[in-house]
Amino acid sequence: MQSQNARQDIILSALFSVAVLTMPIWLQPIGAAYPDLMQKFAIFGLFAIGFNILFGFTGYLSFGHAAFLGVGSYTAVWSFKLLTMNVIPAVIFGTLMAGIFAALIGFISLRRSGIYFSILTLAFAQMSYNLAYSVLTPITNGETGLQLRQQDPRVIDQALGVVPEAGLPVTNLFGFEMQGYTGFYFCAILLIIGFIIALRIARSPFGMMLSAIKSNQNRLNYIGVNTRPYTLAAFVISGMYAGLAGSLMAVTDPLAGAERMQWTASGEVVLMTILGGAGTLLGPVLGAAIIKYFENIFSSFHEAALLSAFDFLPDWLAEPVASVLGLFVGEGWHLTLGAVFMLIVIFMPGGVIEGLNKLVSLVRRRPDDTAPAAVQQPHSAE
Amino acid sequence: MSILQVKGVHKNFAGLRALNDVNLTVEEGSVHAIIGPNGAGKSTLLNCFVGRLEPDTGSVDFNGTSLLGLAPHEINQAGVCRVFQTPEIFGDLTLVENVMIPTLATRDGAFKLNGWDRVDHQAEITEKAEHLLEDVNLIDKKDMKADFLSRGDKRRLELAMCLVQDPKLLLLDEPTAGMSRGDTNDTIDLLKRIGERGITKIVIEHDMHVVFSLAHRISVMAQGTIIAEGAPEEIKGDQRVRDAYLGGAHL
Repeated sequence: MQSQNARQDIILSALFSVAVLTMPIWLQPIGAAYPDLMQKFAIFGLFAIGFNILFGFTGYLSFGHAAFLGVGSYTAVWSFKLLTMNVIPAVIFGTLMAGIFAALIGFISLRRSGIYFSILTLAFAQMSYNLAYSVLTPITNGETGLQLRQQDPRVIDQALGVVPEAGLPVTNLFGFEMQGYTGFYFCAILLIIGFIIALRIARSPFGMMLSAIKSNQNRLNYIGVNTRPYTLAAFVISGMYAGLAGSLMAVTDPLAGAERMQWTASGEVVLMTILGGAGTLLGPVLGAAIIKYFENIFSSFHEAALLSAFDFLPDWLAEPVASVLGLFVGEGWHLTLGAVFMLIVIFMPGGVIEGLNKLVSLVRRRPDDTAPAAVQQPHSAE
Repeated sequence: MSILQVKGVHKNFAGLRALNDVNLTVEEGSVHAIIGPNGAGKSTLLNCFVGRLEPDTGSVDFNGTSLLGLAPHEINQAGVCRVFQTPEIFGDLTLVENVMIPTLATRDGAFKLNGWDRVDHQAEITEKAEHLLEDVNLIDKKDMKADFLSRGDKRRLELAMCLVQDPKLLLLDEPTAGMSRGDTNDTIDLLKRIGERGITKIVIEHDMHVVFSLAHRISVMAQGTIIAEGAPEEIKGDQRVRDAYLGGAHL
């Protein structure tokens, strides 16, 4: 019985790994199989997995996680500028620095819970954004954003005698340049590691305490558990995931801007987690991929494309139809996102994962039907 | 030997005198009942034992060390567990998880960062939890979410959550309120059985049937102070108690 649970988790991890690593194949038919977009799936998947440890497991809704994303990005770019173009130090420093920031912000914010906690995190994130945008210009390069320059010191590269080429240097992993598929696979492997760590946390005594905090913090205090260090640990871990995601953004595109810390970015990860299914293991990754995919598809549409799509309609009809639908694409794709989000929250409060679980149990009740959906999601992630 | 010593405890709430010079000594291994009319200060007194309230003056000593200024989790780790008047359980979690959590808290202390261990590989934790669920007759429902339990079952679950910790002192705030006669008798039997393990218990109760079946000693509270204390037979015959508690009716 016990080893059976462990075996199920190994199967889940294996299926997840295979699904992530074969994305270039199975995303082909829906036109998402190019490295830039798949990288985003992996990076935002990590961001959402980490966010879910705090929000989904522990029940603390942070509206300021983009701050840690930004800290991770800035730290990674500085690592490229000062030390080396190798991505390993950038990723490690980005994650650690975000962890330190999370410890500071968490220590103060976690004195409150519920809406007050959310507001405190939002305030801290907006402070970080404004610091990055104006006050700390020497560190963040303000409005322009922090960029690489050819004359950066890169002391480790210098010491190792790496010859600077013409043009800007490229981020690399011991010589493998982080572009195209290499970049994607680097992010994908970190996503898999991040997923397995979250899975282990969920199954651990520590994770059980987190779910108890979400359920009844008062009771937990009176059976001898000090909840403060648990919530702080969850906050720091999720901040480190955000820092890792931020540093991977810098790895795949070495610049960092303050807009990464804005509250809209914090809100986006909340949407991803709820859309996919807060508290589940696979949900946040799925939510991140869905939002990034639709952002990509819908934002590339524009009114002219719609007009040609509605060619077959008479002119007097085609134009109004295209202009109404035009509100939902291009710049206005957030309208589509909002509508989809509302539908999901109203009809499937447990997110996409809940929907898939319902589908699976529906199919299982009629075993004679073939079930393509069940093949993709055989495991309810709790 | 006394396990809990309360001396000269006062507590005011914005001018209202909730506790007025309470003195109480609880003997180790005994069942000590606190009875009294509503608003007498019984629950307030318990709150002072578990760190929910701090007395204005006075001392609360448990096993020779003061409980004042300690956080609730520190008091629990010292060996005091409380069953609340309204059941405090983990409603979203299963029954077995509800009992595993206090088991882990006793084993691991107030905090442990064990995020890589598998809880389902720690058989002793699961076994202990299931054993306690058997004791309180809830083993059949062990994979059910605790929210779906009846009120009486929730109380029994909460009792199991405290018993699994093997506390030195168990505080029971109306453990049978809202239970049917049958459930009440089951609970009395259960409390008698665990009495054999030597856990000291303080019971707040309105049901005199429960009080006189269990208690070795009874303290009667009225208007924030203890007006009488003694063995059950003494209390039954005490005129002050009858006047204060039941307006002169026979107990």
